Amino acid sequence: MRFPDEGVSIKDEGSKTEFSPKILSFLCNWCSYAGADLAGVSRFQYPTNTRVIRVMCSARVDPIMILEGFVQGLDGILVLGCHLGDCHYIHGNYFTIKRVKLTHKLLKQAGIHQDRLYLDWVSAAEGERYAKMIAWFIDEVRKLGPFGEVEGIDAEELKERAKVAQGAARSDKLRWLAGKEIDLCGEERIGIQGKNVYGEQVSKEDYDILMNENVLNEYTRSGIISLIRENPLSIKEIASKLKMCPAEVLQHISILEHAGVVFLTEEEGRTPRYIGV
Amino acid sequence: MDQSNLLEKRVGVFICHCGTNIGGFLDVEDIEEYTKGLPDVVFTQRNLYTCSEEGLSQIKNGIKEHNLNRVIVASCTPRTHEPLFKRVCSEAGLNPYLFNFVNIREHCSWVHMHERKQATKKAKDLIRMGVARVRLLEPEEDIEIDVEPACLVIGGGIAGLTASTSLAKRGFKVVLVERDATLGGLLRDLYKLYPICEDATNVLEGRKREGESYPNLEILTSSEVKEIKGFVGNYEVTVDIQYPRHGIRIIKVGVIIVATGAKVLIPEGLYGYDGKRIITQLELEKRLKEEREKLKRLNNIVMIQCVGARGDKRAYCSKVCCMVAIKNATLISRLNPEAKIYIIYRDIIQVHGTEYEDYYREARDAGILFVRYHPENEPVVSDEYVKIYDEMLGEDILIPYDLLVLSTPLVSWEDASNLAKMLKVPLDENRFFLEAHVKLRPLDFATDGIYVCGTCHWPVSVPEAVSQALGAAARASIPMANKKVRVESIISEVDKDKCIACGLCASVCPYKAIEIKKTEGGKKAEVISASCKGCGSCGASCPMSAITMHQFTDEQILSQVKAVLP
Repeated sequence: MRFPDEGVSIKDEGSKTEFSPKILSFLCNWCSYAGADLAGVSRFQYPTNTRVIRVMCSARVDPIMILEGFVQGLDGILVLGCHLGDCHYIHGNYFTIKRVKLTHKLLKQAGIHQDRLYLDWVSAAEGERYAKMIAWFIDEVRKLGPFGEVEGIDAEELKERAKVAQGAARSDKLRWLAGKEIDLCGEERIGIQGKNVYGEQVSKEDYDILMNENVLNEYTRSGIISLIRENPLSIKEIASKLKMCPAEVLQHISILEHAGVVFLTEEEGRTPRYIGV
Repeated sequence: MDQSNLLEKRVGVFICHCGTNIGGFLDVEDIEEYTKGLPDVVFTQRNLYTCSEEGLSQIKNGIKEHNLNRVIVASCTPRTHEPLFKRVCSEAGLNPYLFNFVNIREHCSWVHMHERKQATKKAKDLIRMGVARVRLLEPEEDIEIDVEPACLVIGGGIAGLTASTSLAKRGFKVVLVERDATLGGLLRDLYKLYPICEDATNVLEGRKREGESYPNLEILTSSEVKEIKGFVGNYEVTVDIQYPRHGIRIIKVGVIIVATGAKVLIPEGLYGYDGKRIITQLELEKRLKEEREKLKRLNNIVMIQCVGARGDKRAYCSKVCCMVAIKNATLISRLNPEAKIYIIYRDIIQVHGTEYEDYYREARDAGILFVRYHPENEPVVSDEYVKIYDEMLGEDILIPYDLLVLSTPLVSWEDASNLAKMLKVPLDENRFFLEAHVKLRPLDFATDGIYVCGTCHWPVSVPEAVSQALGAAARASIPMANKKVRVESIISEVDKDKCIACGLCASVCPYKAIEIKKTEGGKKAEVISASCKGCGSCGASCPMSAITMHQFTDEQILSQVKAVLP
């Protein structure tokens, strides 16, 4: 999904009966926030659905923060930074791309429609473009319906899944993968030649596969932890609840145990049960 | 005020009507009522203008009388007014870092002017998010950074030249970069300047000579700025020099003045413009300079105002053209008092101030005729006549012409956006540079350490360009004279107890401001405060939540996200 730039007109907010999406936008101080200011100074009218959080750079936006928006049940989230090459912090926004990419993967894993999260660039001079982009995104989210509708999942259940995704976003593996991609795969546009410890550039395709595998694993582990956070369960019970095979669950449990986030509780009878922290 | 006990949060919220700018579009009373019920809010007040003397003293009194230890102003944008309100907090004894801005004007009342109910709701939401954040703010101290005592001036027209000279006179190092081979800009083509008919060449040459007399003013002609890196106090500018020898220079400056000027619109396709018998005012200036004998022989001269201006494509008034037309008409009439000269103007003729009004009267006394046209009834130009509908007579009149002069507006350079991008400053819809605030900071950009003057900002006359240039030079000299600027302490800090020295923060830092160092407790990440610019990328990466991005902490931002919905 991409803002088309051309042919977007700003309509007045839909009739009262129509669904009015709740949208949060993260704006960077130097470009997109200034662009939003310019929209104001120029009196470009746009619908009232967005709420703004100002950060210094879009690179400050942590996947955990974006996912928190969905945990709260928001219908859409925008992350707007400076245009590539214009970042006030040299190339901070290239890291934003990687973090939003990770978040998109986590949303997909959680069954949340990926179009509910959108990343783009707005300069300090693009007041009109900002207004149009906001109006356009609100329309796009309106098409998806309230949180959970297009997904066909109850909103409360989906919020729980967002929480699981948030847990996965805290994992060191995913944070590393998002943070290291530029170092390992390179980024021509900022003149970074990627290399691993052997001096080889990692292919973007391989990296993507690795990322997807890890997103699945970390999401699953986060799901296991949230399942056994309050009531300890056995491997079998976990497997049946998550519709997984017990061997796979055991594998995850042993990794989590090793990481010190899951513990074996006292044996009752003969079935070992695990509890998460 | 006793700041030792910051545990008890006492939040004061000041809500600005901004005259009718906010008050006219939002239900401010309703917003205040709502705000009273938010957590830790112990005081609220509505101000007609929070930034006025009265509003500011209301903040001070509020802090003192209600023992506030957190302050919110819900008004305009932090990009212009945050320093003012922070200073007021500071004057009232409150650490300025305990202040939070909520923007309900640029991001709300001005963009939802027909949505009173929904916009009022949005303002309440934004204030609730602001309260959530302000409760988690902690006192901090500013950091000081050194300023390179040198200034880059971009553009060597009268504005750039004046600003450079003024700064050089004060003893600062100045580098003036001009892309043309010679200095002077538009002034090179002008003949005499209104209102006292001073010779443009004399004005220019005088300024040039003065500029060249300062050894601390370096003038680079045939040169263009290619890249600008850095921040106030420490800019690194790459200049591409074409002549006399092609080369690249890296210049270190603390501040930058933008004076790139404008150009005159060439009215291709309008009123039969051909550059020969139908010309622009600028072309007329050249003929007044070089071909006065020829001009003397012309009997019928017609000028049309607002050509290519004040319409759909270019909505603005170029401001200088009315005076230019009156001046050039007067000059021709002095050359040939018998000449019939008409100025065909659209609805108004812009002559402001005492001198200019007299000037206009003199022109009328000299027999120059002013005829008004209506935008719906534009003049029609044929080979011999200009046909125009005269409202007074109620019929068309035909005015013969030997020379038709079109008054066209000053327009911005097509490539202004390249420079704007390099400087990270905004342009308006007509590609003129946009100042930080039209009244409060007319010569500053919102980005610290960059200033603007002359026609790159808006069409102005020479006297106005000169006063703006002197003003911009004065503004630019403040950080250079102080040798230091105070910048907000928006830097990151590593919690050594949580850090596992994985080094991810160091690899996502655009400034290489984080290093892994050996400490007593093993290897740990360490932030080099002087290099940290506060983007927060490290905080968004750390797998151990070991990084505190001051002013934008995880907790603060998450609290805002959680407060989006009531």
